Amino acid sequence: MKPAPFAYAKAKSVEHAIELLGQAGGDARPLAGGQSLIATLNMRLSAPKLLVDLNGIGGLSGIAVRNGRVEIGALTRHVDAERSADIGKHAPLIALAMPHIGHAAIRNRGTIGGSIAFADPAAELPACLLALGGEIEIAGANGRRTVKADDFFKGLFETALSPQDVLTAIRVPAVTKDTRVGFAEFARRHGDYAMAGLAASAKANGAGLAGVRLAYFGVGDTPVRAKKAEAALAGGKVDDAIAALAADLNPSGDVQATAATKKHLAGVLLRRVTKQLMEAQP
Amino acid sequence: MSDMRCDIELTVNGETVMETVEARTTLVDFLRETLALTGSHVGCEHGVCGACTVRVDGAIVRGCLMLAAQCNGAKVETIEGVSDSGQIADLQSAFERRNALQCGFCTPGMLLTAQELLSNGGVPSRETIREHISGNYCRCTGYQAIVDAIEAVAQARAGGRK
Ligand SMILES: Cc1cc2nc3c(=O)[nH]c(=O)nc-3n(C[C@H](O)[C@H](O)[C@H](O)COP(=O)(O)OP(=O)(O)OC[C@H]3O[C@@H](n4cnc5c(N)ncnc54)[C@H](O)[C@@H]3O)c2cc1C
Ligand code: FES
Ligand code: FES
Repeated sequence: MKPAPFAYAKAKSVEHAIELLGQAGGDARPLAGGQSLIATLNMRLSAPKLLVDLNGIGGLSGIAVRNGRVEIGALTRHVDAERSADIGKHAPLIALAMPHIGHAAIRNRGTIGGSIAFADPAAELPACLLALGGEIEIAGANGRRTVKADDFFKGLFETALSPQDVLTAIRVPAVTKDTRVGFAEFARRHGDYAMAGLAASAKANGAGLAGVRLAYFGVGDTPVRAKKAEAALAGGKVDDAIAALAADLNPSGDVQATAATKKHLAGVLLRRVTKQLMEAQP
Repeated sequence: MSDMRCDIELTVNGETVMETVEARTTLVDFLRETLALTGSHVGCEHGVCGACTVRVDGAIVRGCLMLAAQCNGAKVETIEGVSDSGQIADLQSAFERRNALQCGFCTPGMLLTAQELLSNGGVPSRETIREHISGNYCRCTGYQAIVDAIEAVAQARAGGRK
């Protein structure tokens, strides 16, 4: 289908974007990679009056490692994050997730900020951000603020962003010697959204693990922390952790898989990811 | 500041084009309907099938998920231009030889996608080839022949460079 008519404006700066988003009676939408937004417009799932194109704003893309943290600009394309040596070295969980996001042509346009702002519950990056205990930089009409990943994902496609906000960057802790990460997902076809997936991080603690963070995707309205399983895993008991998932997760079935299938897959994912977490990593 | 219609200037297959487009016009509709470049196809119109694949500033993109208005100042290449340039002549003849197309609907997108992978150099594994074309649907061939053709060209190009 073709989208309903809308107006288009190209923002020159973050401040300009915020100003433009305030027009059109609040019925304006930021346009980043367009890989989700334009698809939903074409299907007429939404019909905003104005698109504010962020692509011309300088300084919103790029990857920097400073003060023990990796900062990724909102407009950084998936393909650039996938190929980044800095992300491979300092944020390996994100590097593991990147190839699973859509297909090559989608990754050429799609952006890191767009994936986080869109907050598809089956998307990889929101779960990675949650597993890493990352944070989100936001610029809005009342200035700039930082929101923790734990507080950002509010509901189905609902986040801490308000309509006039621009997500400017995400930040995750850079890995240290004792950091362990793990990632696995089940999708019907390479590049499809996952039926169920798991992103995890922890600290090596002797022969065991501490500070375990398990973030599931595709099994709820948002990425979901499995906190009881995290505690069980820190106690060194994989089977207990898998049993604890019954209390942590309450997936509903969707077109891809039934709730029972997703629950089963969640256990399989945990066993695989635990193995990755236990292996020594660089 | 914001407009329902936008003036754009871009190059398409090396030629400068100046047009006024509706803001909501997608790149692939602009190419097909305004410029009569109908080699890029329109299938799903929501990013799933890859029939609309074109190159913008050297990288393959979904023509249905980019607005023509966003291409102001861009360098756009379609299957017509890439074909005329001769850079995929070997790939095209391998597709023909190995029956890697039947109806041909997916072929322009498939060729541009394959060429992006091949331009990285080396001989990718069949699994890598399948991953790279995973966003391009073919309803006719069953993919096997397409993978064969891409693999054969990768081997020939690697051999030729030695
Ligand atoms: C066929 C196909 C398969 C896909 N498969 C996957 C997959 O497996 N996993 C996955 O994670 N994704 C997948 N995607 C989605 C893709 O990753 C999108 O690119 C991504 O979700 C959105 O990023 P974008 O930059 O394209 O954002 P856009 O589409 O431009 O925007 C998405 C939403 O976020 C808002 N937004 C964007 N940037 C900002 C910002 N900086 N500040 C405030 N709001 C903003 C927009 O207003 C819009 O509401 C797929 C897409 C397609 C078409
Ligand atoms: S028409 Fe663009 S991906 Fe199907
Ligand atoms: S040849 Fe018919 S869709 Fe591929």
